[in-house]
Amino acid sequence: MDPQDNRYTQDHEWVKVAGDRGTVGITDYAQKQLGDVVFVELPEVGSKVEAGKRFGTVESVKAVSELYAPVSGDVVEVNKQLTQPAQGAPTPELINTDPYGQGWMIIVKLADPKAVASLMDVAAYQKFVASEAK
Amino acid sequence: MATSNGALKRTPLYTVHRESGAKMVPFGGWEMPVEYAGLISEHQAVRKAAGLFDVSHMGELEVEGPGALRFLQSVTSNDVARLVDGQAQYSALPTEAGTPVDDIIVYRRGPERFLVVVNAANIEKDLQWLLARGPNDCEVRNLSDRYALIALQGPAAVSILQPLVSIDLAALRYYHFAETEVAGRNAIVSRTGYTGEDGFELFTAPDDAAPLWRGFIETGRDKGLVPAGLGARDTLRLEARMCLYGQDMDEGTTLVEAGLGWIVCVDEAKGEFPGRDVLARQKKEGAPRKLVGFEVIGRGIARHGYPVYAGEQAVGAVTSGTYAPFVQKNIGLCYLPAARTEVGTEISVEIREKKVAAKVVPTPFYKRPKNA
Repeated sequence: MDPQDNRYTQDHEWVKVAGDRGTVGITDYAQKQLGDVVFVELPEVGSKVEAGKRFGTVESVKAVSELYAPVSGDVVEVNKQLTQPAQGAPTPELINTDPYGQGWMIIVKLADPKAVASLMDVAAYQKFVASEAK
Repeated sequence: MATSNGALKRTPLYTVHRESGAKMVPFGGWEMPVEYAGLISEHQAVRKAAGLFDVSHMGELEVEGPGALRFLQSVTSNDVARLVDGQAQYSALPTEAGTPVDDIIVYRRGPERFLVVVNAANIEKDLQWLLARGPNDCEVRNLSDRYALIALQGPAAVSILQPLVSIDLAALRYYHFAETEVAGRNAIVSRTGYTGEDGFELFTAPDDAAPLWRGFIETGRDKGLVPAGLGARDTLRLEARMCLYGQDMDEGTTLVEAGLGWIVCVDEAKGEFPGRDVLARQKKEGAPRKLVGFEVIGRGIARHGYPVYAGEQAVGAVTSGTYAPFVQKNIGLCYLPAARTEVGTEISVEIREKKVAAKVVPTPFYKRPKNA
């Protein structure tokens, strides 16, 4: 289920690169661990994120989980559907139902597109998950 | 009754939970299911159909003998003399300060035979407390290992249980119980619960728990019955404004402050019990602070321990708080100074160093429809 083209971190975030843009979210393993997501906090467009530093929060009913940026750069887009859509109620549950698609969180203009290569590829990530899971 | 993996205790239903893919977590020294299919779906199922909970970790203490009633009157806050055979009451074991050692349910099985159901975390504490109060002409025994406890809660609970019992459940009133058989196995069937829905709590022999559970899951499926874990149990009870000992009250909060003055009887006929004077005064004059319900107005979930402000003044902390799946709001409880407890009072909750607006609201946050 984890897409081949994404890169992954030990905090169970993924990044999908297209040119100098990276789309960021949390993995299927992460959403399963969390349970039903009910609240998401994301940065504003225009803010900066730094690899390894906290950029937001995702909450299930029972748990608060920090989001750590897999990459550094400027936030150019935020998935408002998860937080405060123009119309209707937010749908944070998209993170559970479609973590790699509609559950995307932010798009970053990458400070260094080459830095992504140092992140885990899908095989390394799945091995990492297997060693983490009981 | 508890088998162990070395560190955590397990109920007789442990294997059943693992088989159904439950997410297990440590809880008060026990390995318990926090959720199965998902907390929100389980919560909604209990409100709309029914859920099945394993609460076998809870404790059962027996008080038996000619002096049992008198002894219980001397150690509990509520009026035990009101009970008839087959009736139960919510109560507490108060300290001299009028604060609870535990909240409990007292069951009268006979004029000289009472069962006291206590919180899992407090079994040993409560037992020692009772023994230290000097039971006279009666004995106090810890029977927790003799009972498994399954809760069947929701509007469909009666229709699920009725085919399995010979007694007429329509005649079993709220907070009454029957000692009977469920699917041919001895059980105490009690019309009590911790969800705000109609339902039953079934005390059974440990060996009968798994067969009964499996039987319920099978026969209740058509009526929408699902297994439900401790996660949903907590969100359900909070919506119904039911206190959780250790969070919403403890030995530092009086029963009146916690909103439980209604389980405190200061009638002369009941007689003395620890904390009676403090509680009588607070029932008459009010207490300096009160446990109130609030709803978060801004964006964010208020959780246990988050600081609460009235204006710039720190006034306490959230005792219990969550996203509430049925009412679909972020709710919580906190102690506020008596002057600030009016419904509509604006407060704020500090969530990750930001103050988020909230307001005092009436409780319970959810009340089940009549005739449901």
